[in-house]
Amino acid sequence: MTADQPTTRPTLPHPVRALVALPAVPPRDTPFEVRTTLGHPMENGLRHDGHGNVVPRMLVTRFEARLDGALVFAADLYPAISANPYLSFWLQVAGPATLTLDWTGDWGFAHRETRQLQPT
Amino acid sequence: MPIRPPAAPDQPNPSRRQWLGHGAGLCLALSLCPAAAVSEVPSLQAMVNQWAGGRPVQAGRITLQVPELVEKNGNAVPLSVRVPEPGPGLHVQEIVVYNERNPQREVLRCSFGPLCPRAEAATRIRLATSQRLVALARLSDGSQWQHAVEVVVTLAACVES
Repeated sequence: MTADQPTTRPTLPHPVRALVALPAVPPRDTPFEVRTTLGHPMENGLRHDGHGNVVPRMLVTRFEARLDGALVFAADLYPAISANPYLSFWLQVAGPATLTLDWTGDWGFAHRETRQLQPT
Repeated sequence: MPIRPPAAPDQPNPSRRQWLGHGAGLCLALSLCPAAAVSEVPSLQAMVNQWAGGRPVQAGRITLQVPELVEKNGNAVPLSVRVPEPGPGLHVQEIVVYNERNPQREVLRCSFGPLCPRAEAATRIRLATSQRLVALARLSDGSQWQHAVEVVVTLAACVES
């Protein structure tokens, strides 16, 4: 069940920001945790504003983490995920690598964060 | 102005009582379903069966970690899923989390690439009411595993009046 999307495109309330927490110098050949938080309201399309109108659904639906282009972790997000979606997963690298984090969602939403990993 | 004659006796004239009964039944049916939903949301067991594809799902291997009592905030309940030991030579194809009483059954679906060292993920979720959460894992040999947790929620999320 999803709410119908109106023709007027909703706007995000502020420039999209993401917090990515990972070790500044990750250990080599050892799993380490990456914790991400994206600033996004994750409107589920069921709320009403003060005037009785439905606040249109606006969700982030997909998250992908890639190391040098190779998919490491992917998640499909649903309306049950809280606002400002928090996701944590684990990585392991053997040498310098580029970590790319992609969030995509409704209304053509797309946000990318890139981190250069320099392990010990 | 001509006076409109009453309905002829041989024509069926639905009684007002019948119309009120039908109308009340319709209103009750509509009020039980969210305004945006025309089709029914499947039950948790139906979702699990659909995901399992007719093959057995055993308890174990996967751990769903979620607080059993949510007192502070049903809008941000921490949840984590992990399969610490898939088994020799096996990896996790996907992990899925379903709920019982939110407006939609799906919570999360995650998959792990070959470079991922641990089949483990954490997030925060919304819970509309006290309900059951089920985490399901499918391993590379096709075996399917589950772990269910009953969560009590005192401050609900999802539906705000």
